[in-house]
Amino acid sequence: MTTTTPQATPAVRAQRARRGLAAAPFLAPGVLFLIVFMAIPVGLLAFYTFFKRGRFGGLVFEFTLDNWAKLAEPLYVGVILQSIGLAFIVTVLALLLGYPMAYAIAGLSPKWRTVALIAVVLPFWTNFLIRTYAWILLLNNAGFVNQWLQAIGITDEPISMLYTPQAIVVGLLYMYLPLMVLPLYASLQQLDPSLREAATNLGASPWRAFRTVTLPLSLPGALTGCIFVFVPAMSNFVIPELIGGGKTVMVGNLVRDQFYEARDWPFGATLALVLTMLLVVVIVIQAAVSRRVTEGPRRG
Amino acid sequence: MTAEPLLRVDGVRAVYGDTVALHDISLDIAHNEFFALLGPSGCGKTTLLRSIAGFETPAAGRITVDGLDLLPLPAHKRPVNMMFQSYALFPHLSVEKNIAYGLEAEGVGRAEIRARVGEVMEVVRLGHLAKRRPSQLSGGQRQRVALARAIIKRPKLLLLDEPLSALDRQVRASMQLELKRLQHEVGLTFVVVTHDQEEAMSMADRIAVLNEGRLEQLATPQELYAEPASRFVAAFIGTANLLDGEATADGVAVPGLGPVPASHGLAAGSPATAVVRPEDVTVGTEVSGGLRGTVVDTYFLGGASTISVEVPGLPAPLLASVHGATRLARGADVGVTFGRATAVPRDPSQPPSYGTTIPTTAIPVTDAAAAADMDEAAGNATGVPAASAPPRSQDVSA
Repeated sequence: MTTTTPQATPAVRAQRARRGLAAAPFLAPGVLFLIVFMAIPVGLLAFYTFFKRGRFGGLVFEFTLDNWAKLAEPLYVGVILQSIGLAFIVTVLALLLGYPMAYAIAGLSPKWRTVALIAVVLPFWTNFLIRTYAWILLLNNAGFVNQWLQAIGITDEPISMLYTPQAIVVGLLYMYLPLMVLPLYASLQQLDPSLREAATNLGASPWRAFRTVTLPLSLPGALTGCIFVFVPAMSNFVIPELIGGGKTVMVGNLVRDQFYEARDWPFGATLALVLTMLLVVVIVIQAAVSRRVTEGPRRG
Repeated sequence: MTAEPLLRVDGVRAVYGDTVALHDISLDIAHNEFFALLGPSGCGKTTLLRSIAGFETPAAGRITVDGLDLLPLPAHKRPVNMMFQSYALFPHLSVEKNIAYGLEAEGVGRAEIRARVGEVMEVVRLGHLAKRRPSQLSGGQRQRVALARAIIKRPKLLLLDEPLSALDRQVRASMQLELKRLQHEVGLTFVVVTHDQEEAMSMADRIAVLNEGRLEQLATPQELYAEPASRFVAAFIGTANLLDGEATADGVAVPGLGPVPASHGLAAGSPATAVVRPEDVTVGTEVSGGLRGTVVDTYFLGGASTISVEVPGLPAPLLASVHGATRLARGADVGVTFGRATAVPRDPSQPPSYGTTIPTTAIPVTDAAAAADMDEAAGNATGVPAASAPPRSQDVSA
């Protein structure tokens, strides 16, 4: 978004425009890529949503608003709310687990910091499906967790953990925790240590200094982390399928099912578009909040 | 000096790994004193300041404020406030919230906070900026916010870490005056850490000069200048001609120059350095009875001029200063005599250094053709005084 002050003279505006254009050669390739592979497909999706489904997939070019009306059906509202709910829980848990981790890593000596950061991202270097199957091995009725619980006598019967919403939360949390830790670490690590010292020097106890200085200043990092976790968690469909056993349907599964199984492309497109719009709204809110935190309320 | 000091630093020793940052430093600071800790970077002055504030833990020693032992107290319980070098303003809080922070942490009531914040903002002339964020302020304004934030709790002792180093020269001079005004107005005890001797000299009542973790000298600015206790202090404070030699009964015998009369209490025959301030050097074509030399360069400083004179037998040019402009030109053959001089002990194991600092504001009044040579002369002389300058050939001006 550009801000133009009312007093800007034509000359100033022309100069600004020139400055804007100077970036064109650098932006063009990326923008072109995004237009071809992002804007056009999303436009197509939006287009699909207003037509009837073909019998075996595809479209019948007959205008209708049925696809949008269908969204209001309790079944689909439920799925969307459930997705938001699960993604939200995952995000909150990631924040609660990730913040102390990031805080501790930022306080390490440079050498150990590198080691810790590598450890955090290490899971990313393993294949996604292998990691997910590993959770199946851990959580199933004869899996390690149940064996262990029985061995120490907490339970006699295996607890069914796999194929539950809780299992999905664990799977998603495991998958996306590093995406919370990294931006949080970045924002905590760049905090000037003298700010905390200044707070302490002015009489703030360590807890108060944390609460009034470190925490608010790390909020932009926390918000970025929340977005990094919430967005993919909400649209993920592999983990709900494998660990959730396809019983707990999330929006991602629903979209896939509409295209592959129900062969209802228009409704699949509608769901996909709604998901995209929801996530865009979340990101816009995050950006606004984060700007407010760092720059303060609008100047009068 | 009152009988009971406000701050007493007693045998404080600080160690980082296997380097000693402070060697058993002891000093007393009186109530309402403007005290400066002066030294080059790495001399330990900041370590001492941070030890008082509670951000470093000395390996040994005691620090007391009004008899209260500080070292067992955590940083947030010490009756000491500090202004940080980077100011460390909270970027997410407005100016007034920054200033109120200390009172809020103390649990002072809303109404009183508002009154006291308003009061302090008047003192530092920030009233109109109350709602701004630090990022919207100039360097000088930030500095005043930092100061207001540090004095609002009326600490017994205010620590200032390089308070002026982040400001440009113009703002600096006015802030220097403002700090002094404030110190009188609010009646606080200031401890300023600085590496800038001019800053320390112009503001402080007393100065402790630190070098490599040791206290070199603790005295008033006047004493430091007139009677330096060591070669380091002589070179670090002001501009000085340092002439290495051996102590005699009434001066220093400088090889290649002869005896230089100087007051001192050193044993005859011990290695010594004569310290002659530029204003105690008389230079002129009609001066006789002293040394002979050739003018290398002159530097016009506005109220005074510095003349650099090459004397055969001396490894570095001598500096003399005179009021106003000088009529002496580059290449002039002049006589040189010394007025008052003092002598300080010299460590013979240290390489000889010819400490002559030319003020950095020097404006050369030599003709344009000499400009190229001037750079070289300035380059030679503006470095850290203690660093050894390469001996210059005697006929530079030829």
